[in-house]
Amino acid sequence: MAKVVFKVGDDVSTDIIYPGRFMATVLPTETPQYAFMDYHEFNAKIKKKEFPPQSIIVAGKNFGCGSSREQAASCLKGPDFVVVAPNFSRIFLQNAINLGLKMVICPTIEANEGDELEFSADQVINKSSGKSFPIVALPKARQVIIDAGGLIPFTRKLLLESKGKN
Amino acid sequence: MGMTMVEKILAKATNQVSVKAGDVLEPRVDLAMSHENGALVINQFKDIFQGTGLEAKVWDPAKIAIIFDHRVPAESSKTAGNQKKIRDFVAQQGITKFHDIRGDSGGICHQILPEFGYVRPGKVVVGTDSHTTSHGALGAFSFGIGATEMAAVWALGRVLNVEVPGTIRVVCDGKFKSHVAPKDLILHLVGKLTAEGANFKVIEFHGPAIEQMPTSGRLVICNMTVEAGATAGIVPPDGETIRYLQKEAGVKDKPDIFGPDSDAVYDQMIHIDVSQLVPQIACPHTVDNVKPIHEVLGTKINQIVIGSCTNGRLDDLAIAARILKGKKVARQTRMLIFPASTRIYLQALKKGYVADFMEAGAVVMNSGCGPCLGIHQGALADGDVALATTNRNFKGRMGNPNAEVYLCSPAVAAASAITGVITDPSKGGE
Repeated sequence: MAKVVFKVGDDVSTDIIYPGRFMATVLPTETPQYAFMDYHEFNAKIKKKEFPPQSIIVAGKNFGCGSSREQAASCLKGPDFVVVAPNFSRIFLQNAINLGLKMVICPTIEANEGDELEFSADQVINKSSGKSFPIVALPKARQVIIDAGGLIPFTRKLLLESKGKN
Repeated sequence: MGMTMVEKILAKATNQVSVKAGDVLEPRVDLAMSHENGALVINQFKDIFQGTGLEAKVWDPAKIAIIFDHRVPAESSKTAGNQKKIRDFVAQQGITKFHDIRGDSGGICHQILPEFGYVRPGKVVVGTDSHTTSHGALGAFSFGIGATEMAAVWALGRVLNVEVPGTIRVVCDGKFKSHVAPKDLILHLVGKLTAEGANFKVIEFHGPAIEQMPTSGRLVICNMTVEAGATAGIVPPDGETIRYLQKEAGVKDKPDIFGPDSDAVYDQMIHIDVSQLVPQIACPHTVDNVKPIHEVLGTKINQIVIGSCTNGRLDDLAIAARILKGKKVARQTRMLIFPASTRIYLQALKKGYVADFMEAGAVVMNSGCGPCLGIHQGALADGDVALATTNRNFKGRMGNPNAEVYLCSPAVAAASAITGVITDPSKGGE
């Protein structure tokens, strides 16, 4: 069980998650300091490392639309957030899977900041409201990458197999 | 069962007779493009090889393109460092399609790729930039990916676990009215589909209005398909594609000309009569918040921007020059113009457009992406309103979350520069 620490609306773009002006910063260890930079209060708490791992961001539809910048996923992976949204924009979803950021697709999610959520295999259970909401599985095609812990270990494994060194 | 354009391309890229939407494939990549974010790709690429005992060599240095465009020339030592790191990697790996900061061969990646003949019909193109959708204009399956995904492509030469996308077929009839452009068509379509309407799908363009559209216009519409969430946009290659590749891009070989099967299966069909379109404006703060121009006429503008991978091509500049020649940019308004490539800049210089712009009071800037995403010049003040021919108007896009960005065609931008308010170019400059 974990707490919803931040709630945002529909069509939150990568310009909001990770503003373009910080794009020269690329290291996943450095990107979290600029996460949601223009939401000063939330950003300040991220910088102070106030959130325990697996803290939850609840977003509206089409989360992560816009740019392919991977910083938008790495800045949320750093503090180890879980993002729950009705759906995600394609490139953000793939970047997040590749980096091992946890996402939950939940089309009907109802939750507010402060609510406690629990995830079962196919449901989000809002412990605070007592309601539960069905989860839609992540794209099947990507499951092997998730299982491998991200695209880097997955690709490394393929490389070794193809060179017959494994 | 018949195949769409992208199904045909993916069947070929995986040596299969036929594939269909939903299949999971690992297509061969013909071109892999990055810009300054290549610095992050390099980190991830080296990480993949960590502990394997294998040498970190890219699969094919001739199929990788790297173009510096986001912050050129470097605005900070950090960017300069990233660029240096890429330069060293390019030399070490023998990457040939490299465009450094130069006046004779530089520019925005989505102009450089077509301009230098790097993209051909039927090919698979990936880029670490969401507007990689642009290159569907030449009949390629071209889509944006993240840096780690690109690192895997550099290592393996294929994209892993691609689900064949479904396709939305958009048929465009009619002739554009004067002062209405491909930009107005794509803004209208994004408004109709919404920002997520084409998520995980391809938009395939057909009809007389597309057949009569030059490649420059096709690049505009494919460029912005991603604003409806699309994986890619694509136009069936034709005589115009051959003309562009041979006459403008200097390609010698004959491009592969093909279309979808007549019995291809589509997720959705959309019909647009372009003769009914008026200039369109995407209002703050989402690209799908599109209104016909008459609903926002008179909105005061502090900064006009013409340029970017969307509308910084020679015909865009020609339209703007025709409207601005002999006129003045309004006193309270700033106007920035940044051509999509240095080749276009030079052509605009020779045709006298640059002089027309400067005499009107516009600032003509270096070719690059900077102002569009607020990372290199042209930032807005709190409360500023910008009108731009670029592709995104998200909150904070031009460097300030307390400013507003409207999107439009070059004709609307030029006409509005003279008045300082959003102005219909057909009644322009009054």
